[in-house]
Amino acid sequence: MASPSPKSPEQSEKNKQYDRQLRLWGDHGQAALENGHICLINATALGTEILKSIVLPGVGAVTIVDHNIVSDEDIGCNFFLECSSKGLNRGSETLRLLLELNPAVQGHAVYEPAEQILRDNPDFFKSFSVVIATSIPEKTIQDLAQHLWDINIPFVLCRSVGFLGSFRIQMKEHTIIETHPENEQIDLRLDVPFPVLAEYLDAFNIDAADLKDHGHIPWIVILYKAVQKWQKTNQNRWPMSRKEKNEIKDIIREFIKKDENGLPIEEENFEEALRAVNTALVPTFLPVKIQDLIYSSSAINLTKESSPFWIMCSALKGFVEAEGKGKLPLRGVLPDMTTSTEHYVKLQSIYRAQAVMEAEIVYRKVQEIVGQLHCDSISEADVKLFCRHAYDLHLIKGSNIVEEYRLGNAVTSYIGRYLEEPDVMMVHYILLRSAEKFQSEHCRAPGEWEPEGDIAKLKTCVTKLLSDISCTPFPKDDHIHEMCRYGGAEIHSVSAFLGGCIAHEAIKIITKQYKPVNNTFIYDGASTNTATFTF
Amino acid sequence: MADGEVQTLDYQQRRWHNIRKLLERSGPFCHPDFEPSAEILDFIMNSCKVLIVGAGGLGCELLKDLALMGFKKLHIVDMDTIELSNLNRQFLFRKNDIGLSKAKCAVEFVNKRVPGCEAVAHHCSIQDLDEGFYRQFHIVVCGLDSIVARRWLNGMLMSLLQYNDDRSLDQSSVIPLVDGGTEGFKGNARVILPGMSACIECTLDLYPPQKTFPLCTIANTPRLPEHCIEYVKVLQWAKENPWGSSTSLDGDDPQHVAWVYEKAQERATKYGITSVTYRLTQGVLKNIIPAVASTNAAIAATCATEVFKLATSCCTNMNNYMVLNMSEGVYTYTFAAEKRPDCIACSNTTRSMEIESNATLQAIYDKLCEDKGYLMKSPGITTIINGRNKTLYMSSIKSIEEKTRDNLKKKITELGLYNGADILVADVTTPNTLTIKLKFSNNLDDDMGR
Repeated sequence: MASPSPKSPEQSEKNKQYDRQLRLWGDHGQAALENGHICLINATALGTEILKSIVLPGVGAVTIVDHNIVSDEDIGCNFFLECSSKGLNRGSETLRLLLELNPAVQGHAVYEPAEQILRDNPDFFKSFSVVIATSIPEKTIQDLAQHLWDINIPFVLCRSVGFLGSFRIQMKEHTIIETHPENEQIDLRLDVPFPVLAEYLDAFNIDAADLKDHGHIPWIVILYKAVQKWQKTNQNRWPMSRKEKNEIKDIIREFIKKDENGLPIEEENFEEALRAVNTALVPTFLPVKIQDLIYSSSAINLTKESSPFWIMCSALKGFVEAEGKGKLPLRGVLPDMTTSTEHYVKLQSIYRAQAVMEAEIVYRKVQEIVGQLHCDSISEADVKLFCRHAYDLHLIKGSNIVEEYRLGNAVTSYIGRYLEEPDVMMVHYILLRSAEKFQSEHCRAPGEWEPEGDIAKLKTCVTKLLSDISCTPFPKDDHIHEMCRYGGAEIHSVSAFLGGCIAHEAIKIITKQYKPVNNTFIYDGASTNTATFTF
Repeated sequence: MADGEVQTLDYQQRRWHNIRKLLERSGPFCHPDFEPSAEILDFIMNSCKVLIVGAGGLGCELLKDLALMGFKKLHIVDMDTIELSNLNRQFLFRKNDIGLSKAKCAVEFVNKRVPGCEAVAHHCSIQDLDEGFYRQFHIVVCGLDSIVARRWLNGMLMSLLQYNDDRSLDQSSVIPLVDGGTEGFKGNARVILPGMSACIECTLDLYPPQKTFPLCTIANTPRLPEHCIEYVKVLQWAKENPWGSSTSLDGDDPQHVAWVYEKAQERATKYGITSVTYRLTQGVLKNIIPAVASTNAAIAATCATEVFKLATSCCTNMNNYMVLNMSEGVYTYTFAAEKRPDCIACSNTTRSMEIESNATLQAIYDKLCEDKGYLMKSPGITTIINGRNKTLYMSSIKSIEEKTRDNLKKKITELGLYNGADILVADVTTPNTLTIKLKFSNNLDDDMGR
């Protein structure tokens, strides 16, 4: 027997290598990642663990800024150093071993301290997609954060001390079209069917169908017919309450065919209709979150510099106000359901065609705006993607780390609220900040030499910080003691956990898919506890 | 090693200073048993034997993490060889390593990178290793993608438990199991103290049911591209045998995948279905689970931290199950999974099964496959009648399956089973033969006397 020879070309090497992640962020996500350039300040164990999980999936380039010389302690907890690295520049050694992970990634090492670059060549940071820093002193944190805020480059500040760790993401604004929600709201328009859909739904006659056809009626049709029947005795209202929805269920049960003994026959499509009553009868609406977006000043006051996201939001607003009659463009996605191929494909094509038509209207509006602003054009595919995800668009408005360090009113009352509870994870935040203060005052980590002597000194820093936010001192010293026990030690598995999380967030920021942490994440490896705070 | 360090013992080297702070200093949150000393690091370096199960996405991370946490006596077992699609996360492997043993490659790399590390590779399946092998370890940490293999390993560690005369657990027979798993942007990590806390079998209901498509949909009313691919996989391949009847479908053979892809496309076109892609075809054929470096790193690190705590008592372990979700922000939740008092793996009691006295053997078989407490794959059922072993049904060996197939239709009482009778069950999900006591849910009195 002759072997068949399928003509389809095999996947490219690159597609094979990245297959498992392409299933998560798609080819366009991968392309964005490959255009990304990460800057890491200080190649500590935490720093290299972050880069590892960004280099492996294939970021475009990494630049390591590090003037430190490799020590024994570095080698003990940093996998991307060898014994022979001792005494050499830490940035170039770690870079060499990190790049072995993926030959497609470009790498650079810069030997100057970040402080010097900030002073002499601040434009250096302009070309990066994200700047990530570990182990930088309090003063540099604020200088760097302010500069990156000013030039609008995302910044991630990371810490790993003993069992504790944290990261803080600073971005002025981050917009996401593909948030990949776990449960997408279905958009079927049963309450406001567009003409083609209404015509299709109306053509069904449930009672007249024979047994086989009856079992193939899509649940969407069943639900629509049940509501129509219910409306006849309810002033054409839409069923809203639990009681009304139960009445719909009763009508659906009446539709089910009975056997010769009068017992209902098991019909999967009717079971599906019963299950869908609670989710699919939600009236079509414009989510408040999306309303806020399209009426925000960024969408209304467009300039030549406005991002495609805001231009598309503005076009979306135009659609909602005119053709959409207060509704978003149709999503155009039909969930799977028990029915015949013919019904399903027909119904699917009805939804798809309407979605394409509505997206085209939005696209024309986008083109108009682009023409008026004389800015770069936006592709039709991008507008379609935007419309497909219009229900789930997401905006993160960030805050400046410098404001957090200045402890303004909003920040202090926010921290105070959590400390009143008392929230142990916010206690860890206070300790990490106080340890930073200790470091800048004493030129060593609390407990670096010996723990006991530093407890009182660290307590002074903690009490000062707490009084700055008008909070009473901690009743017990146990967390302060624990921090001194750590003595600034970097524990590999703690850094490896944080490294995985931070790499993940950097990838979200670069690909503009999935929602990143907003904006502060605290990890305690001792209690296996994590928390997110929004400063 | 630098000249000045020749005289220092390995655990006194400067490079371990970070870890020594945790182990040689006491803290307010330490485990009550913890006594800070330099000997703890000596113990994890020179005595504590840890077995890593799986050298894939989690295994590579675990090996690196544990080596840098001071562990030297590491063993790692994996039967797989390296593939190109592993390289986006299994960071100890390079393109040149494709086709080589994962376990061996990983060990070679880490032993070279971390001086003093004495990791040992086992390029074989976990079922190839016996009780004596597993008994030598202080801790087992598991990073597998297969639920069946994970359950088997769990069963192995449970079978090592010994009980004292008063039926209390012999603590020295307990080998803690730290288990991690990931799927896309989600993962979980847990600590299992065999016989003391919830084991894998206690919490089978935490695994999501496998997604399957009904055969009639695939054959008669396809709607999704997946239905078309399943059709070619399940029905069309066996009918057409494109490479001859002796060649079965291999999801790793690009020619096979391409053939299925083209046939699925033909079927889709015929029905007006869109979006059959090569990637989707491969995903359906191989049941591919998306995977990314970052999730694996976070879960493996969580497991490594727990192994370190178990070995050193430097702080208390998580209690006992953590879920991680990194798709919206980074979210974790830790809860105490509950031990099942009648768990078939870890309870030291005989599980009983309620069954109607007029049921067929098929009903028992179905219960073993479908009941949340068993979820077996192809259970073999035997019993002892008048002191003699009698095989009631066994599907794993073809000749026995044919001989015992008719028993499935027979009533269990016809087969000599009675209320209170023990059945012995073997399955791929456990290395042990399980004894299950039948409890008739009706006609109690009638059958008691037999």
